Amino acid sequence: MLKVEDLNVYYGNIHALKGVSLEINEGEIVTLIGANGAGKSTLLKTISGLLKPKQGKIIFEGKSITAKAAQTIVKQGISHVPEGRRVFANMTVEENLQLGAYLRKDKKGIKQDMEMVYDLFPRLLERLKQQAGTLSGGEQQMLAMGRALMAKPRLLLLDEPSMGLAPLLVKTIFRIIEEINVTGTTVLLVEQNANLALSIADRAYVVETGRIVLSGNAEELTSSEKVKMAYLGGN
Amino acid sequence: MEIIQQLVNGISLGSIYALIALGYTMVYGIVKLINFAHGDVFMVGSFVGFYSITFLHLSFFPALILSMVACALFGVLIERIAYKPLRNATRIAALITAIGVSLLIENGMIFFRGAQLEAYPNDILPTNKINLLGVTVESKSLLILGVSVALMIILQFVVHKTKIGKAMRAVSHDAEAAKLMGINVNNTISATFAIGSSLAGAAGVIFGTYYYKIEPLMGVIPGLKAFVAAVLGGIGIIPGAMVGGLLLGVIESLVSAAGGSLWRDGVAFIVLILILIFMPQGIFGKNKREKV
Ligand SMILES: Nc1ncnc2c1ncn2[C@@H]1O[C@H](COP(=O)(O)OP(=O)(O)O)[C@@H](O)[C@H]1O
Ligand SMILES: [Mg+2]
Repeated sequence: MLKVEDLNVYYGNIHALKGVSLEINEGEIVTLIGANGAGKSTLLKTISGLLKPKQGKIIFEGKSITAKAAQTIVKQGISHVPEGRRVFANMTVEENLQLGAYLRKDKKGIKQDMEMVYDLFPRLLERLKQQAGTLSGGEQQMLAMGRALMAKPRLLLLDEPSMGLAPLLVKTIFRIIEEINVTGTTVLLVEQNANLALSIADRAYVVETGRIVLSGNAEELTSSEKVKMAYLGGN
Repeated sequence: MEIIQQLVNGISLGSIYALIALGYTMVYGIVKLINFAHGDVFMVGSFVGFYSITFLHLSFFPALILSMVACALFGVLIERIAYKPLRNATRIAALITAIGVSLLIENGMIFFRGAQLEAYPNDILPTNKINLLGVTVESKSLLILGVSVALMIILQFVVHKTKIGKAMRAVSHDAEAAKLMGINVNNTISATFAIGSSLAGAAGVIFGTYYYKIEPLMGVIPGLKAFVAAVLGGIGIIPGAMVGGLLLGVIESLVSAAGGSLWRDGVAFIVLILILIFMPQGIFGKNKREKV
């Protein structure tokens, strides 16, 4: 479904991604784990068109989306829930969700998807007219995810959805990610909480300083000594 | 009753400041730029209105609309040519460019038509005296006030209820997140310039209809005062610009009524200094420090 080949991305002269290649098949949950600063967010931003690569290719469903504008990529079916949620704090929950459907014209479909989002996140329905900036961190994460789903993506990019949330909420969010996946959305999940990410993922890639250093089935990686040492808290 | 008369004058003047201030505040909200050429767009709008009325023999409303359309295009042109290439440049570079654009428009106007005054005809709108609860007001003032208020209501509708308005608010809050929604940030910024400039154009026609005399440097002082009004209300905040404009107009009129006519132009700058000292975030501004 998505194929990334030899991607090189720079910030000025900082070489943030150094020849990253990976592949995601339809229906999977693939997770990207790695320390802070490894380049995970940079990779997601490059896939969604916020950053332009200096070199390399990104192919989505057989078509090149390399260096395309973000709006084109959303239209093709990739939505990105950015790190730190980035909800529109000055707008209501409802307006945030409407903006998620910005490029869609099918009024009926939009309405149905709103209902779908309310089913997934009943909290949002209770807070429709509330300013997004007044929501709790967990609710903002739900809103950011709901907003991304409103674009009806086939591939969902999630950047650290568990960041700063209480353990119970993290569990809820991860259960919902699985639910979203089961209903037909492919997921690329970036997480620092590697344990949790590996527990729901089919496959995983490990990123270190801009390179993929390890990849494989989630179970394989969970039991790999190297991953245990570096990301799963020792033994 | 004299005081009420002055209040009416102040509100009329203030609604002109408010219309101009809206453009400052909207543009600032979305690209964090003080568009110092905005007062000159107001001047151009005033001239477009003048020529529409005198050469094209249009009446008030068609002239108003023509001027708004012309200024919308002019605003987009300024943005695309002068500001867009500087989107990622330092703020000071953009600010200096804005001052340069302002000087270019003023002197360009003088180059093409000379610096002489022009006067709007005085029969564009009916000037009956109307007696309202013992106060005489000109029907013209009421009509002008009505037009300004109507434009502000339309603006509120556009910003809050339409797709482009929502896109504008999203971009001004977080342009990168807006891109992830599929919003075309460049077009949204252009639309903001178009709307803000069209309001300045409307203000220009209203100004000419109300005060008659226009000239190529007429945008300088109202532009600065509208800027003060925008800061007073809280820069970047739309209702703030409306309230700030009206408040400044009323303060000015009351000061001149109290015998300080000579102080009239100074008042705005005293207000500016006072806000910057005591309430830098403005009336509607949230009390947060700006990221630098
Ligand atoms: N806007 C930026 N400007 C310069 N360097 C950046 C920027 N964003 C990220 N970086 C650098 O790129 C590298 C990768 O960052 P990032 O992709 O955010 O890592 P991760 O998401 O894995 O924590 C880091 O070294 C970081 O300092
Ligand atoms: Mg990150």
